[in-house]
Amino acid sequence: MHRLPRKQRHMSSTEKWLLLQFETCTLPAHSASPLEPVLTIRASSKNVTLNLAEVWQYRELLYFLIWRDIKLRYKQTALGAAWAIIQPVLPMLIFTLFFGKLAHVPSDGIPYSLFAYAGLLPWTYFSNAVSNSSSSVVANSNLVTKVYFPRILIPISGVLAALLDFVVASSLLAGMMLWYHIPLRLSILLVPSILLLITLFAMGTGTLFAALNVRFRDIRFVLPFLIQFWMFATPVIYPAALVPGRWRWVLALNPMAGMLEAFRAAIFGMPQAWTMLIISGVVATALVLYGAYFFRSAERTFADVI
Amino acid sequence: MRPAIVVEQLGKQYQIGTRENYDTFRDAVVRKFRHPLARKQQPPTFWALRDVSFRATAGEVIGIVGRNGAGKSTLLKVLSRITEPTTGRIDLFGRVGSLLEVGTGFHQELTGRENVFLNGAILGMKRAEIAAKFDDIVAFAEVERFIDTPVKRYSSGMYLRLAFSVAAFLESEILLVDEVLAVGDASFQKRCLGKMRDISTGGRTVIFVSHNMAAIESLCTRCLMFSQGQLSADGNPHEVIGQYMAANLSTQAPSRDLRDHENRHSGMKQLMRRITLLSAKEDPVSSVRMGESLSVQIDFEAPDHPIRPTLEISVKNSFGVVVFSASNRVMSQYHFERSMKRGAITCKIPDLPLVSGLYSMDVYFGEEYQALDAIYDAISFEVTPADVFGSGHIPTGNEGTIFWPTTWSVSSDFPGEQTSQ
Repeated sequence: MHRLPRKQRHMSSTEKWLLLQFETCTLPAHSASPLEPVLTIRASSKNVTLNLAEVWQYRELLYFLIWRDIKLRYKQTALGAAWAIIQPVLPMLIFTLFFGKLAHVPSDGIPYSLFAYAGLLPWTYFSNAVSNSSSSVVANSNLVTKVYFPRILIPISGVLAALLDFVVASSLLAGMMLWYHIPLRLSILLVPSILLLITLFAMGTGTLFAALNVRFRDIRFVLPFLIQFWMFATPVIYPAALVPGRWRWVLALNPMAGMLEAFRAAIFGMPQAWTMLIISGVVATALVLYGAYFFRSAERTFADVI
Repeated sequence: MRPAIVVEQLGKQYQIGTRENYDTFRDAVVRKFRHPLARKQQPPTFWALRDVSFRATAGEVIGIVGRNGAGKSTLLKVLSRITEPTTGRIDLFGRVGSLLEVGTGFHQELTGRENVFLNGAILGMKRAEIAAKFDDIVAFAEVERFIDTPVKRYSSGMYLRLAFSVAAFLESEILLVDEVLAVGDASFQKRCLGKMRDISTGGRTVIFVSHNMAAIESLCTRCLMFSQGQLSADGNPHEVIGQYMAANLSTQAPSRDLRDHENRHSGMKQLMRRITLLSAKEDPVSSVRMGESLSVQIDFEAPDHPIRPTLEISVKNSFGVVVFSASNRVMSQYHFERSMKRGAITCKIPDLPLVSGLYSMDVYFGEEYQALDAIYDAISFEVTPADVFGSGHIPTGNEGTIFWPTTWSVSSDFPGEQTSQ
């Protein structure tokens, strides 16, 4: 649109930019200044709203943030996207050796390596998503202090960027199922909904930690331990059946427990433990809402504290 | 006139120290345990902005001046919604584009093309909008050949050009600009900016923060001065800048510590330690008579790596207009025998040709073509009247800033006509 006349070619970009600013002053598009304020800024009240409409308005920025995260994740690594598969495969090998072969941990009648991989796959997604999004706001402090957009996009993009790794690593699960001749059941259609639940829960956890991390950098150190303990509190490498039936609801208070069991049941066509999934779902929903509201109320001071 | 921005009783309060001190869990927990019922103790606070009210009508170009910490940047941050006000309200009549930094969100590993899209989205442009303008943005930046190269391979000039170009195509009714023009060339800026006044009869409203008084004076239709968070002057740029410079120049001393100078450009290293003005007899002075020589000495320390220093000084009059600049690079006097970790570099200005008045000095310190440290209005000094021509008359600043010796002759007929016969 703004083709430069020949005589301006020798000018520096700063000069051309300035010139353009003046020229755009006369563009009709700008002359229509509305009579009602488009936006009013004031100190916000105590009541925060999630304002999902605004998040939707900025969906293109969300897309670019996810795209940037994916683009940059394996830059300058020798193995590149292979890391997406290596990350769940290495623990699978270790756990298969120690838990499967040596300790003979039961695995719901499925070869232990496959059983463990079907647990480690969604777990790796969850733990990567949570650690990405927890550090995301601090890592993007240059954006937070220089430009406005709904800050919640940052931890959300951190979670969604991890989804690609999950998809890549899923290919190995499919391969292993073929290898072990596990038939595909109709229940596999449940997988997308369970994945959505895990994603939402990761967003809730991630936004909570991301907001805390802005004020308390301790989160950075706490998180690796927390995720490790969390994994053992979740039936990732052992079946929930290992826990006596009347205590299983305690296990389900950890939302990841119900979701992981449901994921594996859907993949292998085993009966769904609906009570467990519902308990986990309720706890997860509460945590997601809490995380999102906490983030919204904390974000007001991000630019001042970060 | 249609309003564009209405600011009423705006205030922004900060807690002192929140920027440096991160809370730790331990502190928070210990506090809760020791005083379980006590509310969190109120830390000391200060008002970065207080009771600021003004209205901008559509098409106005408003310059904002003030010392560092006067509240200029806080105002832009509040206007662009980066931080919330503590009190008051702002009504904005139109889409706001803010340019508080050139190339926000640029990533070194991404290519030029990728950065254009990312940066455009961050500045609030739609993907389709960026795609439609993409060719123009790239042509404008003159980086067509390198558009698919990671920007980490770009020269700093190319990088800035590309970053500028994206911002250049941002369309909004209200534009907030913070100091980003500091990287440009002042004289051309002035010429371009001057054009703006002629055409900005309607439409875009611009708020422009700068330390470049010349740019503000020629660009802006109105100027606001901030001091200590409050709006201290509002009026035509010429008058407000005069007030600002007068306030700035009032503190004169022959020597100033530069380590914690409030006017250091952001992002610069603290290499310059002290500036001293010296008379012809090498005595420290804060004033000099017209026509006498003046030396500027900068003590520097570059502990990280030894340098061959280059120094540029810009002498400005009381309206902030640069009268002249001098640099040892331009004089080709920087190929010193050895690099130094510390030392002093002195610029001698023989027979200072300035008329009487108050002046200030910007200093740019670096190595070869690279600027490492820069401070505007680093020191100010006074030039006192003197009968420089020995004529009993004192040249005044009525028609200029410098005086220059001239010789005169007169003849009884027209020399030109004689020869043409």
